[in-house]
Amino acid sequence: MIDFLTLLQVLDSSLRLATPLLLVCLAGLFSERAGIFDIGLEGKLLAAAFVSAAFAAITGSVWMGLLAGIFASILLSLLHGLASITLRGDQIISGVAINFLAAGLTVVAAQDLFGQGGRTPPLKSGGRFEPLSFPWASSSKEMSEAGPLMQLYSELLSGHSLLVYVALLTVPLSWFVLYKTRFGLRLRAVGENPAAVDTAGISVVGLRYAAVVIGGILCGIAGAYIATSLQANFTKDMSAGRGFIALAALIFAKWRPWYALAACLLFGFFFAVDNRFQNILLPAWSLSCILGVISIALLSYVWRKDYLDKVVLGGLALGVAVIAFMVVNSVWTTGITSQVKIPVVFIQSLPYVLTVVVLAGFVGRAIPPKAGGQPYVKER
Amino acid sequence: MDVMPKWVDIIVVPLFSLFLAAALSALLILAIGESPIAALNLMIEGTLFRSAGWGYMLYYTTNFIFTGLAVSVAFHAALFNIGGEGQAMIGGLGVALVCLFIPWPHWTLAIVGASIGAALFGMIWAGLPAYLQAKRGSHIVITTIMFNFIAAGVLNFFLVDVLKPAGSMDPASANFPASTHLPTFQDIAGIIGFEKAFRSAPANVSFFIALFACLATWYLIWRTPLGYEIRALGKSGPAARYAGVRPVKIIMIAMMISGALCGMMAINTTQGESERLILNFTEGAGFIGIAVALMGRSHPVGVLLAALLFGFLYQGGAELALWTKIPRELIVVIQALVILFTGALSLMVRAPLERFFISIQRARV
Repeated sequence: MIDFLTLLQVLDSSLRLATPLLLVCLAGLFSERAGIFDIGLEGKLLAAAFVSAAFAAITGSVWMGLLAGIFASILLSLLHGLASITLRGDQIISGVAINFLAAGLTVVAAQDLFGQGGRTPPLKSGGRFEPLSFPWASSSKEMSEAGPLMQLYSELLSGHSLLVYVALLTVPLSWFVLYKTRFGLRLRAVGENPAAVDTAGISVVGLRYAAVVIGGILCGIAGAYIATSLQANFTKDMSAGRGFIALAALIFAKWRPWYALAACLLFGFFFAVDNRFQNILLPAWSLSCILGVISIALLSYVWRKDYLDKVVLGGLALGVAVIAFMVVNSVWTTGITSQVKIPVVFIQSLPYVLTVVVLAGFVGRAIPPKAGGQPYVKER
Repeated sequence: MDVMPKWVDIIVVPLFSLFLAAALSALLILAIGESPIAALNLMIEGTLFRSAGWGYMLYYTTNFIFTGLAVSVAFHAALFNIGGEGQAMIGGLGVALVCLFIPWPHWTLAIVGASIGAALFGMIWAGLPAYLQAKRGSHIVITTIMFNFIAAGVLNFFLVDVLKPAGSMDPASANFPASTHLPTFQDIAGIIGFEKAFRSAPANVSFFIALFACLATWYLIWRTPLGYEIRALGKSGPAARYAGVRPVKIIMIAMMISGALCGMMAINTTQGESERLILNFTEGAGFIGIAVALMGRSHPVGVLLAALLFGFLYQGGAELALWTKIPRELIVVIQALVILFTGALSLMVRAPLERFFISIQRARV
């Protein structure tokens, strides 16, 4: 078994890895709750990361970097707004374009400005968000001697950068804005039934732009976090699909702020486990039992369904059963109690698999905002 | 109501979008401190004035034809297949399994087997999101994005834990046997007596399969009842349902054709070029398919032309990166601008053109 301090360290790194996901997830929450799908979260995150790292490197001030990053992210949000709200274009296509624009422009600009193969120079101390240490927190050297409560306080709660606490505070704030203010009520209404909001004499366009810009600000903070705090410079494609994972977390959270926190912490935990442990071992019998149960559950579900369900889900059940058989087969000589190695990529793919399961609606159906993805046309 | 002439819609609008993208890219090149004219000259010289340049361009074009056709077939059914990348990766797995574990006597048989393997694997990988869309109502865009990441995981697992030869450090499969190697354009040119043409360029016979796929897709979409049902469902779901089209069936079939086309991209990259399965062999071609389909207006002829254009841009971009300080990623920017102008901002591009041509028509009457 792993000891308490190791567990705390994994949780600590989960929190750090969950922070950008959380901010981007909440950005998507505002946007999608207002009826604007945002595939371009990834692009905004990347653009903000580059711009904040570049400004922090040039000015030497991390705050200038943060502001510039937010500004860049808002610009891309406005582009998305122009395409999908004003010009009523396809929101998905606009998002895809924004992702490519950010992926291309950041490297071209980084190469032109710094000439280091699409990176920005490492940030010096003033250009980074330093970890804040809470009063009386023990330093890492004396951590192993401290008591469990002190370890919890010093390792997990203290020692994060300011933006981590900002991200955590954004959750109650988003909840308050969405559910306890007039603006939030209208914003949610505009994602479900824009015509009703329009009839009440409130601007659909204005509300949707507001939502998209809020999303831009949050993505901007997230971008600044990954380039000035999680790492100390910008590297090519450093967002590494976090925008899409945040989108997955948003669905996993069923478009709700507190659930978003839980989903992002869970996904952050997967990444932390993946970073920390090279080999994850499970007893073969428990693994094959889990796989067998999944397979039988699928088969019993499709029993009375139609042909297509039988082919697709039955095929899936068969595939799972084959894997279970292979697990049993591989430990045949060493005995069923021996351990098998879980491939690292399985942990990495878990967020996506879980999201697909939730989307499929077999476990807790996720229902998106009703008017999501459709441009609002006033006259019909 | 006045409409603009059809040729404007088909030819002028995409070209105007391309012009806008090119103009903005030229500004970007100026901002870097290079000359856009010199850059364009370099791209043309490095691509069109050398047979090896053509060889590279047609190699990229082959990929983009497959993925562009795939995205267009899905577009016709009003589905957005953003998962071409993942379907191509799994297609590559199909190619590798077919080439490694079946002893093929000759490449002509191997390419048939590999095509079937690639198409089948891509089809299965697109079939799951299609099933979730058709029967469970899960949004196809989100599921296909998730399936891209899961596919990357699956490919990684197979390369690291299953297909990697013992003792090798590289996450790649063993080399395919020589009898599965496809003749490149260099080999073909050698047969007809031009030994020096297409030297070391990766273009191979799968280019002709891509051309055939264009023809087959055109026939399927515009000349068969199935194609009619796909287009009917895409134009208006309720009307198609009323006419007796079964949406579940059509969504499944359209997505599986789309997945099969994406998967077949792998015969070009995996069997044709690298001759073993490697990580990241798709190089974003699944996403470029979106730009190609939008630019080609989901018509096989348009897709072919757009794929040639993007093939030119990719090869030209490599030349730029080699000889100037313009990085390769400039091409990604151009690609983004093309998607933006032909897709998301199309109303902004079309409106002034529409006004202009309608006023000409009126003046003539």
